[in-house]
Amino acid sequence: MAMIIDRRLDGRNKSAVNRQRLMRRYKQQIKKSVSDAISKRSITDTESGEKINIPAKDVKEPIIHHGSGGIQENVHPGNKEFSEGDQVKRPEKSNQGGGGSQASNSGEGDDDFGFEISKDEYLDLLFEELALPNLVKTKVAAQATQTLVRSGFSNTGVASNLNLVRTMRRAKGRKIAIASPYSKRCRELEEVLKQELDKKPHNEEKIKGLREELSLLRSRIEAIPFIDTYDLKFNQFIPQPKPITQAVMFCIMDVSGSMSQATKDIAKRFFILLYLFLSRSYEKTDVVFIRHHTSAKEVDEEEFFYSRETGGTIVSSALKLMRDIIRERYPTEDWNIYAAQASDGDNWEDDSATCRDLMIDSIMPYLQYYAYVEIHNQEHQGLWREYEKVGEMFEAFSMKQIRDTGDIYPVFHELFKRQEA
Amino acid sequence: MSRTKEKTSAKSSEARPHKESTRLISTESDWTFDLIEEYNQQIERIAKDIFHLDCYPVQLELISSEQMMDAYASVGMPIGYNHWSFGKQFVITEKNYKRGQMNLAYEIVINSNPCIAYLMEENTLTMQALVIAHAAYGHNSFFKGNYLFKIWTDAEAIIDYLIFAKNYVAECEEKYGVEEVEDILDSCHALMNFGVDRYKRRAGETLEDEPLIQSDRELMLQHHVNELWRQLNIFEPEKREKENKRIPPEPQENILYFLEKNAPLLKPWQREIIRIVRKIAQYFYPQRQTQVMNEGWACFWHYTIMNQMYDEGLINDAAMMEFLHTHTNVISQPDFDSPYYSGINPYALGFKMMMDIRRICEEPTDEDLQWFPDIANTDWQKTLDFAMRNFKDESFIGQYLSPRLIREFRLFAVLDDDSEETLGISAIHDDGGYKRVREKLSAQYNLSNREPNIQVYNVDHRGDRTLTLRYYQDKNRPLSETTEEVIKHLHRLWCFNVEIETVESDGTKRITHRCPKPGKEDADRD
Repeated sequence: MAMIIDRRLDGRNKSAVNRQRLMRRYKQQIKKSVSDAISKRSITDTESGEKINIPAKDVKEPIIHHGSGGIQENVHPGNKEFSEGDQVKRPEKSNQGGGGSQASNSGEGDDDFGFEISKDEYLDLLFEELALPNLVKTKVAAQATQTLVRSGFSNTGVASNLNLVRTMRRAKGRKIAIASPYSKRCRELEEVLKQELDKKPHNEEKIKGLREELSLLRSRIEAIPFIDTYDLKFNQFIPQPKPITQAVMFCIMDVSGSMSQATKDIAKRFFILLYLFLSRSYEKTDVVFIRHHTSAKEVDEEEFFYSRETGGTIVSSALKLMRDIIRERYPTEDWNIYAAQASDGDNWEDDSATCRDLMIDSIMPYLQYYAYVEIHNQEHQGLWREYEKVGEMFEAFSMKQIRDTGDIYPVFHELFKRQEA
Repeated sequence: MSRTKEKTSAKSSEARPHKESTRLISTESDWTFDLIEEYNQQIERIAKDIFHLDCYPVQLELISSEQMMDAYASVGMPIGYNHWSFGKQFVITEKNYKRGQMNLAYEIVINSNPCIAYLMEENTLTMQALVIAHAAYGHNSFFKGNYLFKIWTDAEAIIDYLIFAKNYVAECEEKYGVEEVEDILDSCHALMNFGVDRYKRRAGETLEDEPLIQSDRELMLQHHVNELWRQLNIFEPEKREKENKRIPPEPQENILYFLEKNAPLLKPWQREIIRIVRKIAQYFYPQRQTQVMNEGWACFWHYTIMNQMYDEGLINDAAMMEFLHTHTNVISQPDFDSPYYSGINPYALGFKMMMDIRRICEEPTDEDLQWFPDIANTDWQKTLDFAMRNFKDESFIGQYLSPRLIREFRLFAVLDDDSEETLGISAIHDDGGYKRVREKLSAQYNLSNREPNIQVYNVDHRGDRTLTLRYYQDKNRPLSETTEEVIKHLHRLWCFNVEIETVESDGTKRITHRCPKPGKEDADRD
């Protein structure tokens, strides 16, 4: 007799470990693939996985077999016109017919070895690239506020939460239950009484006794309380974490001639990270892209990262635009406002003081957080010094110099430290 | 609607003789555990009582498609040690499955006692019946009866051994690091095909005892290796001369075995891992040599059993049509010039040969009487059983491929000599060609023809410990380019110079591969 075993509920991910091994072994290639992907993806696209490509030669497992050449003799099916002794032209390499069994020996072709990684794996790799410690990753995922939600019923609570229907149902049930022996007896007595009344002549004494007992029972039933403390049922509410409603994120970037594509790529990662943080914390996250050289313009993401402009740099133009957009579209009572600015530090010398004033007077008071990153290796310039003054006045302002992608983290460290407090 | 249909099918079956329409097991296409059990009982009865198949007890396991992919990835081992290559296999399988490029095979069956056959959740009831007949009784009886499986595999102990292997590898990873272990496994996998004995060495311990004696073996092995290499330090020259025996005393074709026993610098756990890979390679060795027979046998039985069920009225016309549709796909053989052609389909060849043997037994033609006087007009069940037990693909084809089948497949042999401009047709399906086509097809399934003949030839154990392998070249066929990579793995295990000497058909020898790569002067000398 055969055993039939249902294994469907057993672990489905027997291969998960082996898959991880594969990922670990080809980390370099996968990381490269992820880096390439970052430049192709929209920064708001953090919800999907990514396709990874590894060069085929790297994942091949070599074995020894016969190479092509020499004398081979193979049997094939489906002869149509050949006779023994015929000489036929060698088929093209790609044509499998008559070519021999070598094709199957060499395994997969030379195509890249591609596979999908999940969203989580993608983010992990992304985080790893940015050298974020685990602590911060959990912070990113953490949510900020709590709300009360209905969650069944309880036996205790305040009067305003009393659930009438449930309470009355219980009261009714209790009354029926407690009264049941009395009512049963009542019915019996009524039956007997009726029989007695039908008899002629009446046994007056017996009827009287029955009537007395009946009225006694009825008064007992009456005496069962209409509502008792243990009938009470209250609606229960428990606190549940809930994201703050909505946030807007301003990305401000200098696109003057001095910003190279590499600098922009670093900036892009910084923006991705900020977006990720916000989108995990808020139900809805808007992103506004403002790019500027001597004048500022609100653009879409594509243009933001990939179009090039030349000319000088006036940072205040972007700040003014941002201020106006906030006033028009993002009232502070409804929106949490975050901003990140990336620049190589260049600014028109006279403009830096204007920037400072703009920030202090009409921007910083309304913002949750303003992150300024300067991506370059040289001495700080005017803008940095003026911004330092802003930083002294507002805790929500942080600025950092970034040399490569690994430096992005410290800026975030600031951000999350602040959240903790 | 469906009810009326049922009725008509029942009516039409009444018209046929032998039909007992009341016995119809089910008209549903969805399976339930009860139905599977009932099917299995009927199939078991037919297989054992009517056709006398000798099987291991059967264990049917219902799994999901994800689990089927897992099973795929671990090359059919129900329990495997962890290695990235299985992950790669999984990723490939998953990708193909998601793209809809492949259907998952309907079955995976494990050569163990009890014989484990996987049934996939998504299959219809008819498909489950097909898989039960094919795997749980077809393959199962082949595993139990075929001589190669009897010699080389131990169905009783394989599961325990695989558990031991998995645990041992995991322990080593803990002790020595995942990467260390992975390196060794990579190297072993590269040489896996050269890790099998082709002839029985001795009746040794069974796999069952493996875990128990493993720790003893560690000590013993190391001792053996120490002895071997101590000769280097012996101070009495005469004695050394006398003991100047070759390592290995005779050429050794099991390269992994040789390394396990003789590589000078390996640690005991590394030797044990080589052994594990070698044992598993050996376990799969019979399967590589009996693909045509094994699949042919299983197809023959699922076909015969399903037909028997139909004749007994256990399944209806609809189920039979579904079965035949799948069956026909499985045994289709595209012609050589078809875009779908990728060699001879072992299912097709095997199934047709088994059917053909039955035909020769029952209704031989004059031609058959001339070619197969021994089996014509004999009991087909006994004849088939004999064929299943005592042959492997090579000898099975050499023995039983009939002219009639050669004509049916329109087989022809092509001679590909790279020194000639054109390909020559060396034999076709005509009177002069039958024997040669059969010989050539048989040779094609000879593993030693398919895999290069490489043997451990010598160790320079008094010099720089260079390990020399010899490749006996046949028909001028060179080694593949990947050999360069494999020899690096060989070097990793041996730790000293490794070279491959190619011996051509006329006896000339030259070193064709070396690791590490020779310096400039060496190259010039060549």
